[in-house]
Amino acid sequence: MSHEIDWTEYASDGFYDELVAAPGEPREIARTLLADIGALGGEELAARQEAADVSIKEMGISFTVYSEEGGAIDRAWPFDVVPRVIPLREWQRVEAGLKQRVLALNLFIDDLYHEQKIITDGVFPREVLAKSVNFREQCMGVNPPLGIWAHVCGSDLVRDADGTIYVLEDNLRVPSGVSYMLENRMVTKRVLPEIFEHYAPLPVDDYPSQLFDTLAALSPRPADYPEVVVLSPGIYNSAYFEHSYLAQQMGAELVEGRDLFVDDDDCCYMRTIDGPARVDVIYRRVDDLFLDPEAFRPDSALGVPGLMRAWKAGNVALANAPGAGVADDKVVYAFVPEIIRYYLDQDPIIPNVPTYRCMEPDALKYVLAHLHELVVKPANESGGYGMLVGPASTAAEREVFAEAIKKDPRNYIAQPTLKLSTVPTVVKKGIEPRHVDLRPFILSADRQQVTTGGLTRVALRKGSLVVNSSQGGGSKDTWVVSEDVPGEPMASSRDAAERQSQTQD
Amino acid sequence: MLSRVAENIYWLARYIERVEDTARLVSVNANLLLDLPRGIAPGWKPLIDISGANELFEEHNKDYGERQVVRFLLGDRRHGGSIISALTAARENCRTIRDIVPREAWEQLNGLYLFASDHLQEGSTKSGRHRYLRELIASVQGLNGLLDGTMLHDQGYEFLLLGRYLERADMTSRIADVRSGTLLPEADELRPFDTIQWVSVLKSLTAYQMYRRSEQIRVQRGPVLRFIFHSDSFPRAVRYCMETVRTGLERLPQSDPALRTLGRLARSLDAVQLESLSHIELHDFVDELQDGIAQLHQEIATIWFLPLPEPPAAEDS
Repeated sequence: MSHEIDWTEYASDGFYDELVAAPGEPREIARTLLADIGALGGEELAARQEAADVSIKEMGISFTVYSEEGGAIDRAWPFDVVPRVIPLREWQRVEAGLKQRVLALNLFIDDLYHEQKIITDGVFPREVLAKSVNFREQCMGVNPPLGIWAHVCGSDLVRDADGTIYVLEDNLRVPSGVSYMLENRMVTKRVLPEIFEHYAPLPVDDYPSQLFDTLAALSPRPADYPEVVVLSPGIYNSAYFEHSYLAQQMGAELVEGRDLFVDDDDCCYMRTIDGPARVDVIYRRVDDLFLDPEAFRPDSALGVPGLMRAWKAGNVALANAPGAGVADDKVVYAFVPEIIRYYLDQDPIIPNVPTYRCMEPDALKYVLAHLHELVVKPANESGGYGMLVGPASTAAEREVFAEAIKKDPRNYIAQPTLKLSTVPTVVKKGIEPRHVDLRPFILSADRQQVTTGGLTRVALRKGSLVVNSSQGGGSKDTWVVSEDVPGEPMASSRDAAERQSQTQD
Repeated sequence: MLSRVAENIYWLARYIERVEDTARLVSVNANLLLDLPRGIAPGWKPLIDISGANELFEEHNKDYGERQVVRFLLGDRRHGGSIISALTAARENCRTIRDIVPREAWEQLNGLYLFASDHLQEGSTKSGRHRYLRELIASVQGLNGLLDGTMLHDQGYEFLLLGRYLERADMTSRIADVRSGTLLPEADELRPFDTIQWVSVLKSLTAYQMYRRSEQIRVQRGPVLRFIFHSDSFPRAVRYCMETVRTGLERLPQSDPALRTLGRLARSLDAVQLESLSHIELHDFVDELQDGIAQLHQEIATIWFLPLPEPPAAEDS
């Protein structure tokens, strides 16, 4: 008989823990889960973790990382068996907030590529648009089906020390991770079947069919059965696993640029063994600038010459639409609350992380005075480049940044350093808190749908806040659970052991 | 069906078949050598002759010793025909068509690859080899069974069959050629060993038992050649493979040029009197057959696969 896990020894000092309110004191929604996991005991939990790792290797759930010499390598997807739990009522509010946000963002993008009323009305500064690297002149005046530009949005949510959930950023170009959300659920069902069954979290499995419906709704030939394809840069892309997974789950063709061509009739076709076949909707997982060498980078071999021509003519739908990325610019992010108020006349349901826009004199003054406690981000960089993390910086670094900000205040935003919430996570010596974020996916076409929960990413290294999978991050299954069926703890560890032996019989 | 997908399925099947054929070959050769007297045993070189990779082999190995040959065929990543290379290529191919291939088949292939690379060391030893190869063969059979039993039998499946049976026809003819051409002189006193060798040819194709059932005659050169080239009911015989390829081609669009090439190939196969061919003539015939198979592959690629990217236009001089 293995030792029960002692939750009184679990402490997430100063951080908000998603499952444990204080040492030995579970959150109401996680009360039975912690009891069940505790009853499994450390050894059994470690065994389940190992079973999960083996499963993932066998199922070929992988992601691709690049190395300087070796090219691309496939790595098994790092996964932790302890799920993160979100109460249904809280989730419903978040879901409403995400729908509101993406609805407003779509109106905003459409406006930017047409009359730009929000600029004329003085709500959104023209110079911010002028500085946007993801704004595409080529898209001016285009009318995509249903007026929607961002059909698939992955927004990153974080929870701060006081328990408030914030939107950290919106990914509107080619957001990834949803396949891992689905695979995490599958693995969890395999390795923690009795606990899963006992808890009955809301299902996530219908995402691929929702995605297909979203895409099919964009078809220029609604009378026919639409030909939907997933466009991938190919096997060496880090998200290739996801591209093939989604194509498989939707029953859509997985294509690469060389499989497609645009003919003189401005329609897009794929090369099949029966000859050319018309394509109606492309779920593209290739960045804007590589989509069409005629319209963007002429040196790109990933795209399809003439694709923009076919798209503008309305003969093929692209999801996400080219140019939709204009709304995941960091300075644009800082304006999302205003964007929601302007287009929907509503207050935002989920707040932004408090953000100082250095272009505003008061904000600039505050930022310069508080550099040591803020994170400063330039508008047009990504992947953490050119950032200042105040608490970890030297006086000299702050000096350099202060000069840069003063020189071009419009190019910078600043945010307080966040204290990401934690979730109990399996480690060598038992269980410890690790920081997490959450990426739900929001689908928009004729209607909006949000994934149940989303992908929880976890920083597996102690104390780390980096949840990115290529930098030692992993993931967890995310359970949205109704408070109305709290259930009783399943059993003592002795019963658990008996049950174990029964299943073996 | 996308042209690129058709191409990938076709190659997936060829690589998988190559794994099984190579495993069989190594396994049977090891058994054969145990049965033959040292003086006349052909050793391990014929296996490299079959693979046609002598040049590459000699670049990296001093002699055709057992250890070197087995390592080369099982685990040398520089050799495209080695089991590990074929599995790597099959896995890469399968990765790009995971939307077409049933999930269980992908998992089986992935598991097979992991097994083959994790246990390569054991597989290269005399004592571990048998189990290793048996496991590989069984896994490939399992994989083929999964594909046959769970994949849509649509156009994609036809390409799977084309790849599998073209590769198999190629391998069967190579085995017959090398085994009959280089092994033993046709001398009376060597008759008992001659039989053993022809038994080994049959066994490397898992054909021994079926030969017995079908031919009901003792094992000798003529009937064996007839069986492995001309049988239309033994699934590793060249004619059987060709007939399966024909059925596949007939179900695919625009297949006329390929069917014509296949027709020529089949007619020359039918016309040949195998028993009366000398070693040299048999060798020439197999050469011709292999050219035909290569031509058929070319035909298939031209009709259905993605066109190669156009070479940059040459500047006028």
